[in-house]
Amino acid sequence: MTTLKPRRKAPGPLRILGYVALAVAAVAVLLPFYWMLSSSLKSNNDVFSIPIQWLPAEPVWRNYLDIWTRSDITTWIGNTVLLSAIVTTLQVLTGSFAAYGFSKITFPGRDVLFLAYIGTLAVPWQSYMIPQFIMMSKLQLTDTLWSIVALQAFGALGVFMMKQFYESIPDELVDAARIDGMSEYGIWRRIMLPLSVPALASLTLITLVNTWNDYLGPLLYLRSPDLWTLQIGLKSFINEYNAEHALIMTGSVLSVLPIVVIFLAGQRYFVEGIATTGLKG
Amino acid sequence: MTTMPVARRRRGRVMVRNTVVGLSFLLPNFTGFLLLTLVPVILLFYYAFTDWSVFGGAEWSGLDNFERMLGDSSFWTALTNTLYYAAFHIPLTLAVSLGLAMLLNRRLRGVAFFRTVAFFPYITSIVAIAQVWNMLFSPTYGPINELLRFVGVENPPGWTTSADASMPAVILVGTWRDMGYYMLLFLAGLQTIPGQLYEAAKVDGANAWQRFRAVTLPGLRPTTFFITVLLTIGSFKVFDLILVMTDGGPGQSTLVLSQYIYKKGFEENEFGYASAVSIVLFAICFLVTIVQFLVNKRRSE
Repeated sequence: MTTLKPRRKAPGPLRILGYVALAVAAVAVLLPFYWMLSSSLKSNNDVFSIPIQWLPAEPVWRNYLDIWTRSDITTWIGNTVLLSAIVTTLQVLTGSFAAYGFSKITFPGRDVLFLAYIGTLAVPWQSYMIPQFIMMSKLQLTDTLWSIVALQAFGALGVFMMKQFYESIPDELVDAARIDGMSEYGIWRRIMLPLSVPALASLTLITLVNTWNDYLGPLLYLRSPDLWTLQIGLKSFINEYNAEHALIMTGSVLSVLPIVVIFLAGQRYFVEGIATTGLKG
Repeated sequence: MTTMPVARRRRGRVMVRNTVVGLSFLLPNFTGFLLLTLVPVILLFYYAFTDWSVFGGAEWSGLDNFERMLGDSSFWTALTNTLYYAAFHIPLTLAVSLGLAMLLNRRLRGVAFFRTVAFFPYITSIVAIAQVWNMLFSPTYGPINELLRFVGVENPPGWTTSADASMPAVILVGTWRDMGYYMLLFLAGLQTIPGQLYEAAKVDGANAWQRFRAVTLPGLRPTTFFITVLLTIGSFKVFDLILVMTDGGPGQSTLVLSQYIYKKGFEENEFGYASAVSIVLFAICFLVTIVQFLVNKRRSE
């Protein structure tokens, strides 16, 4: 009977080796984060002390007060939160809406349009950022928060992800609702949306994190300091006060913290979303 | 006999209705997608053949931009550096993420914790990551060089401040950032390999390495193919990490293709020439996808 329990226990030495490898990998991943956190609680002179101070001698909590007065971080956070909320809402709504059209309604030209979406997924953004910038200028969106909304909210990813999920929902269900006289919009709203909560959660989390962390979009489009997001603001702070190591780390911690919390809270959806779109993409 | 046209007309009406309703579903997303992705991608192929500085409009200039590119040493440096990054980042990330995935596929304590933690670098903003690593890599006072000196390296590299070591530093950080993501994809692939195959191989007397070669690797082929495509494209378009970490320096030692496009387009306002360089980036990514697709298809036959 014992042979029927495969891989329950690897032989001793291999097992120990596994734990050693796991420990090394965990340290390698976590050490930079630990460095960030501990430096954020040091006085500026102690950040690069030799030998390394692994624990701040006396935690300098003041850094977490000073950052609010020494930088415009309040403005940056405000802009970032606003953008993340608008982009995520639009992406999830328009993405799932379009995905319903692509997966549950048959009409001529549909597959060609979908091919356009798929085709551009393979084109790196870096290669069309210039014509895109020209389009944005023509639409007079540059140097407004709308440019970032336009940039992030209509991506192919949302359509693709939701379409994949909707295709796993049997057509019979939709047909039955049609026979009952429900309109297509009603079916999307009352049947598809409630059924696709896990996929919607995945898409929400991925879009939220992408928008929060986006550096290049704001770098190209947001020139006025009062429009800056957290990433672009933090970078300018780094350039301006490049010797304020401790305070820079404080700002970094503040920029990372919300994402880590969101990730930990919705980890399951996040990972599922990446695994499904990843593997079938 | 008379029912035929009626049925056809009704079918026609249903199709028209479906088309209208269907398009109305696509419209909100498609409008944005059309204006900001599809049209720009198409325009790229026009702008690349024009001379466009910020003051005038686009003026057709044929192949001038591409001829200029041939003699542009900065362009070749950027291309070589991008190849350098790809040549190391791809195999390194493949090896590390596959190794981690196989580790996580075993029943060890702490696996769930590590799976969570390995993802942190991937969800952390580039600005924060680049800043922390720049400090860790700091030549005189940074912890990495302090460690190297401690283990007996007398002249540890200057990392992001030296032309020779800046690219390795960037590659290391790039791998550190990506490994959790690809590990997850590998893990999903590993779990599709039936356990019986390993049992059968064991019965046949295969050792761990032989089982890896004969069961794991073939079973992972579709996953590996897909990950290689993603990694290759990801490496060729590497941009924000380098922009924030080294800004292409010191000198041009980490200048990559995407950054060169950015420099030409947004700093020097040469939209036409920058678009021509963009075409090169586009062509590389496109070609890689096609080649790998064909290779994979032939292998599976």
